[in-house]
Amino acid sequence: MATEDVMQQQSKRLATYTAPSDVYEDLVGSDDEVDPFKERQGSRRLIDRQSEYHLRRLNRTISPDRNDPFAEGEDGKGDARSYADVMREAELEREEQRIRRKVEEIVKEKKEKAKEASAEQATTQKKRRWDMETPVEVKSNSEWSKPDEEAPISKSRWDETPRTMDEDSSMETPRKRSRWDVTPQVQKKSRWDETPTHPSVQMGATPVGNLGLLTPTPGHLVLMTPEAQRWERDLDARNRPLTDEELDAMFPSTGYKILEPPPGYVPIRTPARKLMATPTPMAGDGFVMLEEDRNQTFDLPAEIPGVGNLPFFKQEDMQHFGKLLEDKDESELSVDELKERKIMRLLLKIKNGTPPMRKTALRQITDKARDFGAGPLFNQILPLLMSQNLEDQERHLLVKVIDRILYKLDALVRPYVHKILVVIEPLLIDEDYFARCEGREIISNLSKAAGLPTMIATMRPDIDHVDEYVRNTTARAFSVVASAHGIPALLPFLKAVCKSKKSWQARHTGIKIVQQIAILMGCAVLPHLKNLVEAIAHGLEDEQQKVRTITALAIAALAEAAAPYGIESFDSVLKPLWTGIRKHRGKGLAAFLKAIGYIIPLMDAEYANYYTKEVMIILIREFQSPDEEMKKIVLKVVKQCAATDGVQPKYIKEEILPEFFKNFWVRRMALDRRNYRQVVETTVELAQKVGVTEIVGRIVEDLKDESEPYRKMVMETVEKVVSQLGAADIDTRLEEVLIDGILYAFQEQTVEDIVMLNGFGTVVNALGLRVKPYLQQITSTILWRLNNKSAKVRQQAADLISRIAVVMKTCGEEKLMGHLGVVLYEYLGEEYPEVLGSILGGLKSIVNVIGMSSMTPPIKDLLPRLTPILKNRHEKVQESCIDLVGRIADRGAEFVSAREWMRICFELLDMLKAHKKGIRRATVNTFGYIAKAIGPQDVLATLLNNLKVQERQNRVCTTVAIAIVAETCAPFTVLPALMNEYRVPELNVQNGVLKSLSFLFEYIGEMGKDYIYAVTPLLEDALMDRDLVHRQTACTTVKHMSLGVFGLGCEDALLHLLNYVWPNIFETSPHVINAVMEAIEGLRVAIGPATVLQYVLQGLFHPARKVREIYWKIYNNLYIGAQDALIPYYPRIEDDERNNYERYELSMWL
Amino acid sequence: MDRFNLNSQLEHLQSKYVGTGHADTNKFEWLVNQHRDSYASYIGHHALISYFSVAQNECIARVKFEFIEKMLQPCGMPVPRDE
Repeated sequence: MATEDVMQQQSKRLATYTAPSDVYEDLVGSDDEVDPFKERQGSRRLIDRQSEYHLRRLNRTISPDRNDPFAEGEDGKGDARSYADVMREAELEREEQRIRRKVEEIVKEKKEKAKEASAEQATTQKKRRWDMETPVEVKSNSEWSKPDEEAPISKSRWDETPRTMDEDSSMETPRKRSRWDVTPQVQKKSRWDETPTHPSVQMGATPVGNLGLLTPTPGHLVLMTPEAQRWERDLDARNRPLTDEELDAMFPSTGYKILEPPPGYVPIRTPARKLMATPTPMAGDGFVMLEEDRNQTFDLPAEIPGVGNLPFFKQEDMQHFGKLLEDKDESELSVDELKERKIMRLLLKIKNGTPPMRKTALRQITDKARDFGAGPLFNQILPLLMSQNLEDQERHLLVKVIDRILYKLDALVRPYVHKILVVIEPLLIDEDYFARCEGREIISNLSKAAGLPTMIATMRPDIDHVDEYVRNTTARAFSVVASAHGIPALLPFLKAVCKSKKSWQARHTGIKIVQQIAILMGCAVLPHLKNLVEAIAHGLEDEQQKVRTITALAIAALAEAAAPYGIESFDSVLKPLWTGIRKHRGKGLAAFLKAIGYIIPLMDAEYANYYTKEVMIILIREFQSPDEEMKKIVLKVVKQCAATDGVQPKYIKEEILPEFFKNFWVRRMALDRRNYRQVVETTVELAQKVGVTEIVGRIVEDLKDESEPYRKMVMETVEKVVSQLGAADIDTRLEEVLIDGILYAFQEQTVEDIVMLNGFGTVVNALGLRVKPYLQQITSTILWRLNNKSAKVRQQAADLISRIAVVMKTCGEEKLMGHLGVVLYEYLGEEYPEVLGSILGGLKSIVNVIGMSSMTPPIKDLLPRLTPILKNRHEKVQESCIDLVGRIADRGAEFVSAREWMRICFELLDMLKAHKKGIRRATVNTFGYIAKAIGPQDVLATLLNNLKVQERQNRVCTTVAIAIVAETCAPFTVLPALMNEYRVPELNVQNGVLKSLSFLFEYIGEMGKDYIYAVTPLLEDALMDRDLVHRQTACTTVKHMSLGVFGLGCEDALLHLLNYVWPNIFETSPHVINAVMEAIEGLRVAIGPATVLQYVLQGLFHPARKVREIYWKIYNNLYIGAQDALIPYYPRIEDDERNNYERYELSMWL
Repeated sequence: MDRFNLNSQLEHLQSKYVGTGHADTNKFEWLVNQHRDSYASYIGHHALISYFSVAQNECIARVKFEFIEKMLQPCGMPVPRDE
């Protein structure tokens, strides 16, 4: 008893089974939310992925609206900036840059001087702190050196410190007119002034409001970003506080007094507090969240009033859409505010909504674009696009919105063109191809909407902008404008810009536009080639190095686009180019060489030869250049020169090859991917001229080089050369060395590479019969490697077998192949699917080559081993296996018992639903072969049973298989059993039968004429069935049937079927009505349009609209299909008192 | 949604062809199209046009020309639509 108690207690204690506590701790300790791949995953935000150069887009301002000089009825609105204003500003900005640079120089100088004098200057007055206010009374000699608060003009967007409303409105000082201060005065009535504490000023209808808030000044960006740490990066160098040294350098040493800081003043040092201390407009009750914890999302609303449930609402969305969360009585809001809220809602739906929400919102915003007006729309969309947290998807959607509304707004966009460009231009240099396409499309639409004059006026100031980034993107945008409006329209402007005397930047950009046009438009530049070349030709002798370089590059682009035509257009630049290469060094020379490289292929043989000799001296000199870029260009030019007709093989052999091999066929070149490719391409091109032996003979020894990348480079070259030029040129000695080298390189690989495999296969195949002496050696290498521990090695060895099988047969090495077959067969237990796939591929190639009867292992052993492999889910295995099985079923079915084939049939059914089309097709074919081999009865029984299974996909595959069997074994072997199956009172089975019939008639085509009468009663029944799917599938069958028997005299049966099909025209289910329409189309073909027209005429003018609608639809189909044939069959209509409807011509009688 | 789509797609496709109709097509419009199609067909089939020319004792070119002319308002003035 006692023991039992103990037992019971123990069992009680064990009533619940739990894991040991340490396991639990382990589990609890690890947070479920942790995603182990998080670090690996690239950020979705664009800003985290883009390079520093790309991020310069954030430095640009969404500038205020521009004046639209083409607008009707208005003569220059006061608040919009005119072209002159903008040009003046650009000028000022340039000037400022110049002075800034000068100051920097002076400061530097001063610093150096100060260092020297620092010893004596040890004891002077206490230095001023940088963050102290500079006295107001101070008179400064230049405007920009004043502190922000006092400056009458903020001359650049960077200087503008956002001020609070109160401060601003209290400042009554009259200001000079500039884009920053004009607006507040003009727009005094804006509601922003009335409600100064509005939380989200950023989305305001007046973005140019007194705050200049749209300007992404670094300080402002900090507020936009929830992550406070990022602010540091954004703080532009130019915005940093001035140091004491700088202040000293700027102010005259006399007439100034450095004030003491007030007692008790402590400067703020912590960055976070400094942020808070900055007087910002958002200081009131802003929605801006400064929490650094981004995971804290639970206080974000799941539902936005008026928007509905969104899949997500991010912290960052708060800044833009926070306003929607306020509970406000809509009836109190003004029209503008309502409009703004409406737009905001739509945008939020587009940005964050589910696809259906997005779709409707997009449609709404497009439809109402003109009601909303360009201003309110762009003032909300563009800041979103400039946001720091923009993701790819969001950008795509917003860009799409712009695209749609552009169409609607048309000329109304003119004042906003520059803003849009600022946002869209960065897309043109995006890394993503589709983003670039999107950008091009938008700009093209924009320029069509705004018109060429507006585009030029808007973009002109950016052409000589100080920032290279802006010039670059502007040039690209201009090329898009050129493609939208045609080159001739832009040509006068381009000519002027390229000749600009004022600044070299303008010339540079102008020439760059031409380059971009060539790249963008390709051969479409041909009609304007001469003009374009002449517009930029003078740039080759410009005084600015950069202009000369870009000119050469532009000419290269033009020549590339024009190839192989247009050499006559380049006449004017030939001389400067060829003299230029003697004058220049470095980058400039590289550009000139590039241009020459593209021009030479356009020339005819004689000239090409002459000019190549001219340039070759320089090229050979530059072979030794250490500069990577130069190397690439030199290689490219050599390739281009060698490809032209005029260059003689002898010249290449004597002049180019020795230097070329000395300088480029070195190990170092194999290390850089781009160099590597270029060297290989150039060498192959040279081989085209000088022949295989010349090239292969020089590098073949290097197949045994100790550097693997270098061996790879050699192998790739050999492969390309041999595959293009064949191996007939290779003598016995070279052949020996070559095979030896290839075997060495193949065996010594540490990283299995497709290059080695391809090289081996190509060379062996090219040598053909000559490879016989080496086959023994090759086979033993393969066998050795098939046994290797590494899966990659085994896979490669198996792949090699499939490549060289044909050659082995040519060499009569059946015995060797038999041996390989047995070995591969033994490796069928391979566990790595990739390797298994290759092994199966190897087996297949051997079977293909040596035939079914002489295959070792015998087919009857091989196939049973393949049956279980068919279950493998790996695509490569499936494909190779089904190929092999199909091959055997086709050629050698008699070697295997019918039982085995039946088993395979079962396995094949599953493969009918493979994702890859190739697998499905191979499976279906195999079914046919098997059915042919063992007779359809057994296979059919299996398949018909399979119709009863629940899984739909399986049934569909089965119906296909039945149809295939019927096609290969003649329909009469299958139809009786199939039609008998229709008697089973089960929906799935009956539908399956109908579907099989449908496929069957589709496949057998004309053969259907013998069976149409047999199946008609069945179809009658199906077309009258209550079940929709019955009627639908029967209609599809009728369609295939009628199309198959067109012109074969089965009209009576078809007309009978038409009578059953016709009542179904009022079906509303989309699939059914589609099937019905198609059946009628099919019948129209088979029994002629006249008969169908008689049916249609009954309902064309029926009193019920529903009836008329479908009848007209059928009529239209009929009409489109057989317009001419209907002419004699239209009913005769009597004239009435008003019109004559009779077609008298048809009553003429001879 | 889907149903709406399928039908509208087909309708859109059909509406691209001149001569197709819809539930609100009236007799006059339908017949105008028929007449124009007929004339186009006569002109296109040389056998027909020669038959007509023999029947009318006119040369082929004139018959052709007249057919083309008749295409302009084959049934007379349009009937005002009742809205």
